Amino acid sequence: MLDILKSPIVTFQEFILLAGRATANIVRRPFYGSDVILQMDTIGVGSLPITILIGFFSGAVMALQMSRALSQYGASGQVGQITAITLVRELGPVLTALLVAGRNASGIASELGSMKVTEQIDAMRALGTDPIKKLVTPRLIATCFTLPLLTIVADFIGIIGGYLVAVPLLALTTSSQYWNNAWRSLEFNDITQGLLKPLVFAYIIALVGCLYGIRTTGGTQGVGRATTQAVVVASVWIFVCTFLITRIFVNI
Amino acid sequence: MPNSVPERPSILRLENISLVFDDDAKVLDDVSLDMRAGDTKIILGAAGAGKSVMLKVALGLLKATAGRIHLFGQDVTGYSESQWYEVRSHIGVLFQEGGLFDSLTIEENVAYPLVNRSSKTPEEVHPHVEQALRFVELGQTLDKFPSELSGGMRRRVGIARAGISDPALLLYDSPTAGLDPITANNIMSLIIQERETRNATSAIVSHRFQDGHIMANFRYNSESKRLERIPDDSPLRLRTRFIVMREGRIVFEGSEPELDASPDPYIAKFSMQRSAH
Repeated sequence: MLDILKSPIVTFQEFILLAGRATANIVRRPFYGSDVILQMDTIGVGSLPITILIGFFSGAVMALQMSRALSQYGASGQVGQITAITLVRELGPVLTALLVAGRNASGIASELGSMKVTEQIDAMRALGTDPIKKLVTPRLIATCFTLPLLTIVADFIGIIGGYLVAVPLLALTTSSQYWNNAWRSLEFNDITQGLLKPLVFAYIIALVGCLYGIRTTGGTQGVGRATTQAVVVASVWIFVCTFLITRIFVNI
Repeated sequence: MPNSVPERPSILRLENISLVFDDDAKVLDDVSLDMRAGDTKIILGAAGAGKSVMLKVALGLLKATAGRIHLFGQDVTGYSESQWYEVRSHIGVLFQEGGLFDSLTIEENVAYPLVNRSSKTPEEVHPHVEQALRFVELGQTLDKFPSELSGGMRRRVGIARAGISDPALLLYDSPTAGLDPITANNIMSLIIQERETRNATSAIVSHRFQDGHIMANFRYNSESKRLERIPDDSPLRLRTRFIVMREGRIVFEGSEPELDASPDPYIAKFSMQRSAH
């Protein structure tokens, strides 16, 4: 029984240690600024087109689904409010994070995993560079910076998607009512959890990707295994954390 | 003691090193090794005998479960990672596949130890890098990436990077693995040149007995720019020692004639003379 628990507990402990060291390195010299910019480009700019696409369709689908339910109660005018709240609180952060997890947790794990199996990480340590400082911290900073921004873009594009379905397509409400409802329904609580979630997810995506990459053993086969594990573990933790954060904010 | 020769300073000393991995596999079992300035150790053994692991323990990349490590006269056993960085700056290392950084050009790879450890800019170290690459006959590859080079060329770049900071100790992990015999001999010739020109202490891990034979019997003549046989009475011969490892243990340490004379069939596998028959 204890043996079954040993591996996940050890992994969790390694995750916490990596998180601590990577976070502490943010304020320690030397700073690898060019690596941070490069990672922001890969993670942020690289994920932008797909984020826009997913954001648009999630908002459009939300408005479509709500159109029938709301019209039953004669409340189809509230479609702007529902689309905005669900996107900002939940769909925007979670869908964007899952997308970035699929795209970047896997990318980070396979890149670092390949470096591990070809002894580049050992070479880095032998040449006097801390791999956590050089490889993990820039990816963590870049993900923490870009994921909230990507989420904001996804939220906004999603609300536009909802608008196109609700107003020009189905004529559920007027343009000014949609935007008015959407704008006024968002409270401080919604915005806070909508921005806190991507920050927590960014930690999960960057560090799970890095952890599974750095722990890779067993050649190219091991790299493939690490990549898959990183995406699965990051996705599961995104759902667990969104539940926990929502639970806290529901009570506030 | 009127005839005593001054003792050469200790470079690397491993004392009763053992290493056990999580799955209870004993990778190193009570390994002891002493390298003094100017020594050459040729570490032979089958795959999985613990040769590369021993080098990684000596570099502090793996922590030994038991035993003590002394480098350059100081006990470094309990050193933290940041303390190790200073110690490692005196060691040059060539990893199995070269260990070059894929995302950096050849010039950036070779310059890495100098730029990283000192506050010099890439422009300042450029002439030094060019010279190091000319030494391994790759002066035209500065702007290329490692993926554009062949296996032998990557190993040569690795040799240039290992030696660029003028280290006191050079460690080579299977420098000829997976290379054709001609390229392998060229690599060995470069390693010998590096040993002679830098006068460094070297340890070379290999599974090819030919590598050890070349290392033990040849030296580089800087005037004729060729390898030549080491005279029988040269101190270089005495300083070259063979080590044979088996299942994490050192089963033999001695000179080439002693290796050739060993009755053990496992050790004899690594003897040039007997393998030829």
